[in-house]
Amino acid sequence: MTDTSVIEKPRSQWADVWAQFKTHKGAVAGLTVFVLLILFVTVGPFIWTKDPTFINPDAVQMIKTRNKPPSWEFPLGTDQLGRDMLARMMKGGQVSIAVGLVAMAISILLGTLVGVMAGYFRRLDGPLMRLTDLFLALPLLPLLLVMVMLFRDPLARAMGPEGGTFLLIVFAIGVTSWMQAARVVRGEVLALKEREFVLAARSIGTPSRRMILRHILPNVVSPIMVAATLGIASAIITESALSFLGLGFPPDFPTWGRLLFDGVDYIQQYPERVMWPGIAISLTVLSVNYIGDGLRDALDPRIRGR
Amino acid sequence: MLTFTIRRLLLAIPTLLFISLVIFLLVDFAPGSPMSQIPLTVPPEVRMKIIEAMGANEPIFVRYLLWLKQFFWVEPLVMIDGIFGTAYAEGMQRIVSWQSRSPVMDIIWERLPQTMTVVGSAYVIGVLIALPIGIYSAYRQYSWFDQFGTLFAMIGFSVPTFFTGVVLILVFSVNLGWFPSIYDTTLKVTDWESFLKQIKQMAMPVAVLALYNAAQISRYMRSSLLDNLGQDYVRTARAKGMPERTVVLKHVLRNSLIPVVTVIALGIPTIFGGAIITEQVFKVNGLGALLINAIHGSDLPMVQTLTFIFAVLIVMFNLIADVLYGMLDPRIRYD
Repeated sequence: MTDTSVIEKPRSQWADVWAQFKTHKGAVAGLTVFVLLILFVTVGPFIWTKDPTFINPDAVQMIKTRNKPPSWEFPLGTDQLGRDMLARMMKGGQVSIAVGLVAMAISILLGTLVGVMAGYFRRLDGPLMRLTDLFLALPLLPLLLVMVMLFRDPLARAMGPEGGTFLLIVFAIGVTSWMQAARVVRGEVLALKEREFVLAARSIGTPSRRMILRHILPNVVSPIMVAATLGIASAIITESALSFLGLGFPPDFPTWGRLLFDGVDYIQQYPERVMWPGIAISLTVLSVNYIGDGLRDALDPRIRGR
Repeated sequence: MLTFTIRRLLLAIPTLLFISLVIFLLVDFAPGSPMSQIPLTVPPEVRMKIIEAMGANEPIFVRYLLWLKQFFWVEPLVMIDGIFGTAYAEGMQRIVSWQSRSPVMDIIWERLPQTMTVVGSAYVIGVLIALPIGIYSAYRQYSWFDQFGTLFAMIGFSVPTFFTGVVLILVFSVNLGWFPSIYDTTLKVTDWESFLKQIKQMAMPVAVLALYNAAQISRYMRSSLLDNLGQDYVRTARAKGMPERTVVLKHVLRNSLIPVVTVIALGIPTIFGGAIITEQVFKVNGLGALLINAIHGSDLPMVQTLTFIFAVLIVMFNLIADVLYGMLDPRIRYD
């Protein structure tokens, strides 16, 4: 009876992955920084309740609170319209990180779909991979700029300036960044198809749909996760680059890229206004990249346990 | 190898046609195109005249075919005329910018040198920095130099170029006043002094782009060298009593440069895209700035042509990378 307690509980795969992940110092540091940044933009506004878009309606008061240096009332100072920079940083971070997450989700969804289809169904392999190659040959940044330029106003009219722009940017980034994930997933699926368990499943007559959902997908989760983390980083950079070129969110709608773009005009007098959003973007991307690096090591069974 | 190259060249044609169609349709069907931006107060017959003058009243496929003909037939002829002084293209209609009413290709040729000097030298410098860093970090894996190199690479591709650019402006132009923050395109290099001035104004944009490229290429160099260092032939070479220098710098380096060379070739077109941002930060009057201007001005022919040129560059360098790979690595045979 008591013997059972001696036997070690079977370790799950994810416990192993976590144990390996913990040994990667950079990844742990990245995860900590990333969690802190997320807390800053999500919990922060509940603690620091200033309105990021508040412009004092009293013109005299507004002019008095313009371009303030950091103080207890405004820890990061105020901008050229007297708006609180700390509150704007929180709001901007919300948008930037949300864009990163949603755009990543779209691109991973598309990439996995194309990759699994191409890898699993031989007839689809040729055409889908040709399509991937075509997308890889497109000049992405110019195309993104063109897409934003052409569709921003109509969408903003249809769905409001914020929702429309958000949808457009997220969709545009997602549609232009799924190719890497598709290639990786296809390769994995092709290798999986040769394994015995897939043969066994097929021999008992598993239909394709269940085959993919039950047997193939769970086994390609690791490369997808790595691609997803790296996808967040590149989506955040792309969004801020678009905002920086003046083709992102509207001016009164702060994102980190937009704040940086607005700050450049005042760089001589108030350099900190460029530095804060710039540091925030860089820290987010750096931490996400380190997490991705750690995940790649942790999910690679050849390295794990070494 | 030759048949492979020819086959790839032929395959590139449908790819390019498809891409040009995508670009053309995307730009043309978009609801925000300038046709819809003519004010409603303009009387209908004047509106028709405006659209006609832009050449936008024809059906879409006619305009697409016309654009194709202009891009692939008329513009090369104009180029030949320019070089040999012939008159093949006389009287032919060229792609005309809606903003400036002058041929698009002329403007592009005007802007090309600025982009090439900044982007080209940045890429060369980036590669020259990246290779030694990558080699040494791989050779002394997990040493402090390697750790530092990893951090450098991580920062290099995590910090967006517009932020590094702005920080450099802040430090070196605003605070120290060493370099100008705006690139002066009218500067002619005639003597030593103007040469120094040119170097000074190129320093910051080149540094930004070089850092970004060096970060990526050094990673590839490191991992490729690491792959090769564990190979049997390295042990054999060492066992023969070869000096370590020869083993690493001749045997291993030559083999590990194969994938790196293709990565370098593949990176050349993307740098044109990346340079859009850097050109905007430092106000370099190059191709990227031209594209941004055309986008803000809804200059469709310019946007279409420029985007397509970027696409041609990507397809071309993909092809070059593939061919290079086959030439450098005799184990790879495509046919």
